Amino acid sequence: MAVQYQPQPAQEPKVSEGYGLTRQAKNRITIMLFLLPAIVIFTVFIIYPIFRSLYFSLFDWNGLGPATDFVGLDNFKKILTDTIFQKAVINNLLIAVLSLAVQLPISLAIAIMVGRDFPGRGFFRTIFFLPYVLSEVITAIIWLGMFNPNPDRGFINALLEIIPGLNPVTFLGDPELVLIAIFIVLSWKYFGLHMLLFMAGLQNIPHEIEEAALIDGANRWQMLTRITVPLLGGTLRTSAYLSILGSLTQFTLIWVMTKGGPVNASEVMATYMYRYGFVRFWLGYGSAVAIVMLLIDLIFSLVYRRLMERQDYLAA
Amino acid sequence: MLRKLMTLISIVLVATFVLTACAPAATEEPEVVEETEAVVEEEEEATEAEEVVEEEEEAEPVTIEWWHITTADEQKAVWQKLADEYMEMHPNVTIEITVLENEAFKTKLTTVMQSGTPPDIFQSWGGGTMNEYAEAGLMKDITADLDANDGEWRSTFAPGALGVFSYQGKNYGVPWDMGMVGMWYNKALFAEAGIDAPPTTWEELLTDVQTLKDAGITPIAVGAGDKWPGAFWWEYLATRIGGEDAFMAAQDRSGSFTAEPFVQAGEELARLVEMEPFQDGYLGATWGDEATVMGNGEAAMDLMGQWAPGAFKENSASGEGLGDDLGWFQFPMVEGGAGDANDAVGGGNGFGIGKDAPPEAIDFVKYLTRAESQVQCAEVGFCIPVVKGGEAGLSDPIMIQIQESFAQAEYFQLYYDQALTPALGSVVNDAIQGIFAQTMTPEETAQMIEDSAVEELE
Repeated sequence: MAVQYQPQPAQEPKVSEGYGLTRQAKNRITIMLFLLPAIVIFTVFIIYPIFRSLYFSLFDWNGLGPATDFVGLDNFKKILTDTIFQKAVINNLLIAVLSLAVQLPISLAIAIMVGRDFPGRGFFRTIFFLPYVLSEVITAIIWLGMFNPNPDRGFINALLEIIPGLNPVTFLGDPELVLIAIFIVLSWKYFGLHMLLFMAGLQNIPHEIEEAALIDGANRWQMLTRITVPLLGGTLRTSAYLSILGSLTQFTLIWVMTKGGPVNASEVMATYMYRYGFVRFWLGYGSAVAIVMLLIDLIFSLVYRRLMERQDYLAA
Repeated sequence: MLRKLMTLISIVLVATFVLTACAPAATEEPEVVEETEAVVEEEEEATEAEEVVEEEEEAEPVTIEWWHITTADEQKAVWQKLADEYMEMHPNVTIEITVLENEAFKTKLTTVMQSGTPPDIFQSWGGGTMNEYAEAGLMKDITADLDANDGEWRSTFAPGALGVFSYQGKNYGVPWDMGMVGMWYNKALFAEAGIDAPPTTWEELLTDVQTLKDAGITPIAVGAGDKWPGAFWWEYLATRIGGEDAFMAAQDRSGSFTAEPFVQAGEELARLVEMEPFQDGYLGATWGDEATVMGNGEAAMDLMGQWAPGAFKENSASGEGLGDDLGWFQFPMVEGGAGDANDAVGGGNGFGIGKDAPPEAIDFVKYLTRAESQVQCAEVGFCIPVVKGGEAGLSDPIMIQIQESFAQAEYFQLYYDQALTPALGSVVNDAIQGIFAQTMTPEETAQMIEDSAVEELE
C-alpha cells in the first residue's frame, strides 16, 4: 500500500527482463502462486464448511436425505431462549474467568520459580510441561479414575479418607462440584503451556533493568509488579487470549468426563452443540449452535485483537 | 496490512477451534450395550470362496457387505462360520464382513447413512432409529420376502420381536436376539440382610431397600451418568402403572406423556431416590461403573438387560463376577397399576437390510435366522433366540428364565429411547436423570418429555 505513494520516476517504470511484466506484477504472481495451496485448503476445509453450516442452520433437518424443511431463523430463536444454552454460555464464561484468575497467576508463579538457576530445574520444567503433551481424552480418563467416588479405586478419595473427619466426595456426580472438578483438570492440563510461554517471555527481560531496580532498592514484590509483569505484557496478552478461546471452545475433556452432566451442570456450548447435533440428530439445530458459537468466538477474537494490538503498539 | 493479517489469523484460529470441537467425540452413550470387549475397530476380510465348484448354474458373482458388532472372539467366529458355510453353498456369493465396536459402529453407520450408502446387512436395534432410516428411504422393504410361500419365513419368528423391525406395516429387518430388562440381584447380600425371597411388589421392593440399608448394604447400583440405565427404572414403572394403553396413547398422540401414569411413575421413582439407595457418586457413574459395583458384590440389586452377566464378570475385580450368587427376578408389579406383572421392557438385536441389498443378501439373512443358526449363537451365549426351535441352544438357567419370562409377556415395551425417535428418546433419558438428581419434579419431567413429543411425533 505504501508503494502507491512513492514518487514515480519520470520515465516508464522499468520493464523487467523478457516477459514484459513489471517487477511489481511479477511479485504479485509469485505471491499468489505461493499462497494458492493454503487458500485452497483454507477454502475447502474452513470457509466452505462454515457456509454449509450456515445453510443447514436454517432448516429443521435430521441429517438424512436432503434438507427440505426450511424454518428460517427459528433455530436461532430457540437457541437464544433456551435456558440450558444460557447455562452453557455461563459455564464457558466461568471457566474463562477462573482460568484468568487462577490458572494464569499459578503458571506465572511457577514460571518465575523454574526460570531461576537451581539444580534440577530441567526436571521440574519437564514434569510441569508433561500434562500438556497428553491428549485430552487420555487426560479425561486418567482423572475419571482419580475422581472415582469409591476410595478403593479413586486416588483423591483415598487421600480424603486418610484425613479424619472427611468423607469421600463425589466430584463428578455432584452438580455443585462438577464444574470445579473440571476446572482443576483443565488447569492441570494447560498450566504447563502457559508456564512455557511465560518462561520464554521472562528470558527477554534484560537483566540490566532488574539490576538497576535492585540498586535503586526495589524489593521482590516491587520488582514483580513494576518490572516483570509490565515487561511480560505481550506474553500475558497472548496467554490470556489462548486461555479464553480455549475455555470458550472446550469440548473433549468435558464430554468424556461428564457428557455435560449431571443434569447439564457442566454443559458448555460445544457439548450442547454435540448433544443436539449428533445425539438427538437435530443437525439443523446443531449447525445453528455451531454458528452462534463461531460468532461469539469471532467477536471476542476481533475485539480482543483490536484492543490488544493498540497495547502492543504502545508497548513497542 | 498487518491488521488484516492479524484478523485473518484470528478467524483461522477461531474456526479451527470451533471445527475441532465438531470432530466426532470419543464416547457416546450406548443405548443397547453388547458385551463390549475392548476391541477397537477391526476389519476382517471374509475368506473368499476359492474353490469354484463345477455347479451347473453359472450365477453372476455377487458381493454382500455385512457390518456387525459382535466383537468377542468366540461369538464372532459363529458369524464367520455361518458366512463361510453360505459361501460354500453359493460359490457366486462373496460375503464381506466388517466387525465394529458398538460405538464406532454407530458413528460409522450414521456417516454412511447420511451419504446414502448403507451396507447390505447391518446391526440394527429396530424402533425409532430404524424408522427414521426407513422414512428416508435407506432401508429395503422385505415384507414380500417374509410373506412368500404363505409366510413361511415370517411364521418362524416370535411376532413381538419381529414387530420391532417393522414400520408402518412394512418390514425392514429381522431380529436374531430379543431379551428384557429385569432385576439382577446378589443372593448372598439378600441372605445377609435376612431377605428370603425377591420382592414381587413395588412396596415390597421399597421395604427390602430399607432392610438392606439397615444392614449396611448398598441396595442398588445404577449408572445415572449414562442416563439410560436410570431411565429403565422410570420406563418400567410407567409400564407397570399405565400398561400398554398409556404408552400407545402417548405415542399416537391421542394421549400425552403428562398423563397420570407417567407422572405417577416419576413420583414412585422419586420415593425410591429419596431413600438414597444407590452407590456413592451414582449421578456421575457410567454403566461400566455400575457393573463394577454390582460385579464386586458391593450392591445388592441392578436393573439391567440380558447382557448384564457378561459385564458384571468383565468389570469385577476378580474377573469372576458373582457366580452362583447372581439371581434374576421380574421387575415387581405396582399395586393398582394397569400393566400386567408379566409385561416386559426390553429390546434386542437384529439385521437391518440396506436399500441396495441384492436378493442374495436377503437369502443369506434367511440362512442366518434358521433355527440351527440360532441354536449355535445361543450355545455360545450371546443371544436369546427369537426363532422357534432356537431356544434348544440355551443352557444358562438365568437365560432360560429370561427367555421364559419374555415368552409370557402379553405386552412387550421396547426401550423408550429405541421405540421413540432418537431425539425424543434422548430427551426421555435427559429428563429422567433430573429425577435421580432431584433437580426436577415428576411433573416437570413428564412435561419436558411431552414438550419434545409435541414436536417429534405428529
